[in-house]
Amino acid sequence: MPTSGIGDEGDEPVTPPRLQLEHITKRYGTLVAVDDVSLTVQPGEIHSVLGENGAGKSTLMKVIYGAVRPDAGVIRWNGEEVHVRTPHEARALGIAMVFQHFSLFDTLTVAENVWLGLSRDRSLKEVTAGMQRKAEEYGLELDPKRPVHTLSVGERQRVEIVRALLADPKLLILDEPTSVLTPQAVDKLFVTLRQLASTGCSILYISHKLDEIRSLCSQCTALRAGKVTGTCDPMQATTASLSRLMIGTEPPKLPHREPRPGALALQVRNLGLPRLDRFGVSLEDVSLDVREGEIVGIAGVSGNGQQELLAALSGEDPRAEAHAIQLFGSGIGRMSAGQRRRHGIHFVPEERLGRGAVPTLTLALNLLLTRRESLRALGWIDRGALRKQAVGIIDRFGVKASGPAAVAKSLSGGNLQKYIVGREIDAVPRVLIVAQPTWGVDVGAAAQIRGELVALRDTGCAVLVVSEELEELFEVTDRLYVISKGRLSPSIRTHAATREQIGEWMSGLWPAETAAGLEEAR
Amino acid sequence: MIELEARTTPSVWMGVLSPVVALAITVVVAGLLFAALGKDPVRGLSVFLVEPFHGPRALTELGLKATPLILISLGLALCYRSNIWNIGAEGQYLIGAIAGGWLALSVTNAGLAMPRWAFFPLVVVAGAVGGAFWAGIVAFLRDRFHASEILVSLMLVYVANLLLSYLVFGPWKDPNGFNFPQTVNFSSATQLPRLIRGMRLHAGFLLALAAAAVMWAFMFRMYRGIQLQVGGPAPAAARYAGFSSRSALWTTLLLSGALAGVAGAFEVTGPMGQLTPYVASGYGFTAIIVAFVGRLHPLGCVLASVLLSMFLIGGELAQSRVGLPSALSGVFQGVLLFSLLACDTLILFRPRWRRST
Repeated sequence: MPTSGIGDEGDEPVTPPRLQLEHITKRYGTLVAVDDVSLTVQPGEIHSVLGENGAGKSTLMKVIYGAVRPDAGVIRWNGEEVHVRTPHEARALGIAMVFQHFSLFDTLTVAENVWLGLSRDRSLKEVTAGMQRKAEEYGLELDPKRPVHTLSVGERQRVEIVRALLADPKLLILDEPTSVLTPQAVDKLFVTLRQLASTGCSILYISHKLDEIRSLCSQCTALRAGKVTGTCDPMQATTASLSRLMIGTEPPKLPHREPRPGALALQVRNLGLPRLDRFGVSLEDVSLDVREGEIVGIAGVSGNGQQELLAALSGEDPRAEAHAIQLFGSGIGRMSAGQRRRHGIHFVPEERLGRGAVPTLTLALNLLLTRRESLRALGWIDRGALRKQAVGIIDRFGVKASGPAAVAKSLSGGNLQKYIVGREIDAVPRVLIVAQPTWGVDVGAAAQIRGELVALRDTGCAVLVVSEELEELFEVTDRLYVISKGRLSPSIRTHAATREQIGEWMSGLWPAETAAGLEEAR
Repeated sequence: MIELEARTTPSVWMGVLSPVVALAITVVVAGLLFAALGKDPVRGLSVFLVEPFHGPRALTELGLKATPLILISLGLALCYRSNIWNIGAEGQYLIGAIAGGWLALSVTNAGLAMPRWAFFPLVVVAGAVGGAFWAGIVAFLRDRFHASEILVSLMLVYVANLLLSYLVFGPWKDPNGFNFPQTVNFSSATQLPRLIRGMRLHAGFLLALAAAAVMWAFMFRMYRGIQLQVGGPAPAAARYAGFSSRSALWTTLLLSGALAGVAGAFEVTGPMGQLTPYVASGYGFTAIIVAFVGRLHPLGCVLASVLLSMFLIGGELAQSRVGLPSALSGVFQGVLLFSLLACDTLILFRPRWRRST
């Protein structure tokens, strides 16, 4: 029997690797999701798995975590061959995972969710206390007593991170963990991860953010279409070389052109809205302007009132005073979503399936959510016109789909997002509001969507982008606001802002007096 | 060992095939049941599967039974597609029957002579108003007080039943009816126009078929129909699009109530010719099975209505010919729904043989 005691890890030179994958293959029908992949993770190593959405990263991680059984290949854990049949067995080995798609029960509280996943010998109280301790230790804000359905996407991810840390893992798998954190919080998380690694815990870090990988990871395996395209030391590599490994080319650069702001299009004045439920965020005294021909961004950590503000702007929540929200000078605060759309405000919501599109309807029929051009008398649908319209959007925005008759849920996230963004841009809006334009979208599609937003701006449309990805806001916006705890900062010109400054503002620390000065300097 | 593996896309084939497989399972179970009861399975099955289709009289009776099922299931299909769970169509059917009965009774008592084709639209309107009113109560309570439409619609069935009993045992009782709980026989002027001389099949059958065509156009070709169906699978998308969930609630309930009410009015002015407690025949509940077996699709509803009518008639025949209780048709309905739901699993999952490890 091979020795696998904990005592001989660390300074012993012949320590077996923590994890070894040999020739792992997983097929779904005809699709080979993971194709003959091998990789090795040493104890205490932060190993990045780099690749676009759909490259097979998530499937590979599920194989390690026992959620998916490979069709071929061997997994070695501390040098011993293991068959990880269930996540339960993976956890028993000391493997913890934070999934990209969260596996939380909506009706239970945060603590109950975590408690359910643990062995029976701990009481809910102990788990709650443990979570609070871990959350503080790693600087992650979390209230264990909140029901999960009231949490935003970012907050749910936080729950998953704390849940994973609670098990004191030997190998922690993180799937795109930083997309919802402030730059300061990312730095803090990295400190934590390095600290964790220094105690001997290995980390598999899945990401497509090259800068993060270069600053955090000591090893990198790149995947493309299920195959390993290369390994390298990311600290030595350049962003361009990593990008070539990941997508085969370098990411297209978005040329920056100066905005030419025109008339005031969307104006919010002292908007206050009490929260709808105990765990919502009340909006307080929110004021913002968006002019024609400019892209305005709203930065902030998720769960700080973005959802509430967006619902108030889109008309899904029509409780605002009529004149608190104005479109070209006329009050629209009380109008329904449909009425506002007819006045030229279009909106791309954060959730694609279920909100931006009906999963079970075809792409063509999904047009009818926001477009009425193909309707005839009495609401008769002109199928030919509808089809043509859908084909037009699919072609113009390069949506990969089997055609206008494909149901929305059959598309990948990036392609559906292109279709939804395309649907709204194609409507020639006067104001376009976009939430999380590139959430979970691969690099190529993200660059394309950002390019389309800038092009739309240049035609004179007023664009408002709400995003939790600071990189993206710095890339596309002309002016930035920051939202924190339901309050909105003054605006600042994007190229006059620094990441550190916006990060501070995200915690609600914007100086009121200099704010006035900044506003004047515009 | 068989394992179920999630399909990447739902199987269109299984969606169509599943009701057929379910029917096959039901037939096999029926055969076994006949054998277990000591009857000849072939003879028993032929009573259910062949005789309801044998000859013009049998076929028209099949159409007669299918008429209310088609009408009710069309409305229910729309409701269920819109995530409105109206399971009290039986109550709406009864109030429609009472409304139709009241109209026929008034005409009979007034001794009015009018052509049957002129009376027909009046029956339709009376039934529709009655059924829509009863479903409107459900919509109002859900809209105003957030009362579950499942419970309210079901409980209103019992209220409607008691109301019917009160009327036929009390004020509307035939004074010369030897104290039987029934109204007078309606005058011949109130009879629904018959389609074939000597057969009971009436013009309502044609209306039911027309309703199926209109419902198909409404569901798949009209903006309003699409709007209603967004609220079911994706309420957030309906809010985003600005489709009102209140209007969906009212529209679907009033429409399905009206259709069920028309079915009830047809039943009393068609085959029954008077109001009795036996109007409560369970069509409203059977139509729930019809709607699901018919895949919530208007064409499917028509086919499934014929299928379920076959079971109903087969049950009656089984009683007289083979000496089995007519409740057997209820058993077969249950087996059919049960196996359908089981087969529906295969729409989303694929079975795979795997050697046990």
